[in-house]
Amino acid sequence: MISAAESYISISGVSKTFNGRQGEVHALKDINLNIKPGEFVSVLGPSGCGKSTLMMLVSGLLSVSAGRITVGKKHIDSPNADAGIVFQQDVLLEWRSALQNVMIQAEIRKGDLKQAKERALQLLKMVSLNGFENSYPKELSGGMRQRVSICRALLHRPPLMLMDEPFGALDAMTRDQLQIDLLRLCADNDMTVLFITHSISEAIFLSDRVVVMSPRPGRIESIIDIDLPRPRRLAMREDTRFIEYTRELTQIFKGLGVFREEY
Amino acid sequence: MSIAAETPVVPKVNVLNRLLAMVPPALWSVIVLIIVWELSVKIGEIPNYILPAPSAILAEFGAYWHRLLPNAMVTGGEVVFGFLCAVLIGVPLSVFIAYSRFMERSVYPLIVASQTVPKVAIAPLLLTWFGYGLAPKIVIVVLLSFFPIVINSVMGLKSAPREMVYLARSMGASGWQQFWKFRLPQALPSMFAGFKLATVLSVIGAIVAEFIGADKGLGYLILVAGSSFNITRQFAAIILITIIGVVFFMVIERLERVVIPWRHRGLSETDA
Ligand SMILES: Nc1ncnc2c1ncn2[C@@H]1O[C@H](COP(=O)(O)OP(=O)(O)OP(=O)(O)O)[C@@H](O)[C@H]1O
Ligand SMILES: [Mg+2]
Repeated sequence: MISAAESYISISGVSKTFNGRQGEVHALKDINLNIKPGEFVSVLGPSGCGKSTLMMLVSGLLSVSAGRITVGKKHIDSPNADAGIVFQQDVLLEWRSALQNVMIQAEIRKGDLKQAKERALQLLKMVSLNGFENSYPKELSGGMRQRVSICRALLHRPPLMLMDEPFGALDAMTRDQLQIDLLRLCADNDMTVLFITHSISEAIFLSDRVVVMSPRPGRIESIIDIDLPRPRRLAMREDTRFIEYTRELTQIFKGLGVFREEY
Repeated sequence: MSIAAETPVVPKVNVLNRLLAMVPPALWSVIVLIIVWELSVKIGEIPNYILPAPSAILAEFGAYWHRLLPNAMVTGGEVVFGFLCAVLIGVPLSVFIAYSRFMERSVYPLIVASQTVPKVAIAPLLLTWFGYGLAPKIVIVVLLSFFPIVINSVMGLKSAPREMVYLARSMGASGWQQFWKFRLPQALPSMFAGFKLATVLSVIGAIVAEFIGADKGLGYLILVAGSSFNITRQFAAIILITIIGVVFFMVIERLERVVIPWRHRGLSETDA
């Protein structure tokens, strides 16, 4: 257990209730989670269990119904502009080229634009989008669009990355490559990452810890430490320990009734 | 396979196709219409005071251009000036409506309701208020054309998806930045749809205004020609009005391509 004192992100007693048209929706109930600086934590759970909601609360874009969230000792009660966010949809601006879409981050923050542009080009190159800097979003594939949105989130070197199923729309090969790119970036930049996914193997491959959530209302079911060495390599996915973690997580979801095998 | 071996097999149809492609399709239908019109008048021996042939209208242009052209300039001026006024009033108003719940609930329904009032019916009233000069014409053009501008701008400004607003806030964008960098560009395609509708209504507005009280302009010319049963001259004026409308529409469409270049990119593959 990580104490609140040594944590970078501290989520304590957090609940979130939406007032929808069909009455109240308890999206999250009594969430407690502490994340160390530099830690890579994945949130794993079936659709609708409140993963996106949790990320939105940490980003300050939604406010908690109960409880308290702090990031780097700062109480989150308004949008936290320090974070870099990759949303579930790529949210690219149709009127801006790939490069301009990355650059909006710098324009809004009013930094050194020349320096930012250099970094933007470098980031686009890193995700193999060199040559597409001047393409408009509608000229890019879904995977390419999401890669642009990842570059946008990274441009200002955020200490905290919040990523909501960023690779969900990608093909398996691009996904593998981007996972490795992401891990390298984390190692280079000292980032803390809260990573939302519904892929068990992705969660294990990337994370220091995997948070398993269950739906209705969204709760933390269990937290599993992933004790695999870094740097992670693709071959580790065939490692017996990796397979053991996969089995353990699958078992948890079976217990939750997420997987039903009878047919 | 070499190019030389392929060249002779190019079918002859391609030559015709290329010839056809040099002229926009819309122009072809106009040409066909004119030919059919000319032939029917000639073959059916329809008298000029019922339906003049295109050749007769062309002759009228030649004989009367010194009166047609200045009057066309007057009408064109009313159309463009009225349209610009409508944009200058309509766009800022739509920003207020899109941003203020109070404005949306108080002013917006009034604007919508005002559209049920037939503008032609209040035109004589405007004459008594504003006299016979330029003012009542501009007012009528604005009254007709500003509605689609406001409606479409409001719709466009409110079309920013929730995720886009989240994105803007996550970067710490100020309200001002949210407007200029997110909402306004997002609204542009919708705004231009409104502008294009407004060009058509501006032309109608100018002619209606001239019908009701004017001593110049193409609408006035039509009335005068009508009172002396000069159908050919009426047709000449109508054609000029149409040309004003089409050219104005095309100017706005060209402007749209300049302002919203991303809209027309990425389609070239399917266009070719
Ligand atoms: N703005 C909202 N208004 C009302 N209800 C909402 C809202 N956002 C989310 N919910 C509800 O909260 C619950 C959790 O939604 P959330 O988007 O966090 O799920 P998720 O775990 O991210 O799912 P997925 O994996 O499909 O993205 C759902 O039942 C959803 O209907
Ligand atoms: Mg989600």
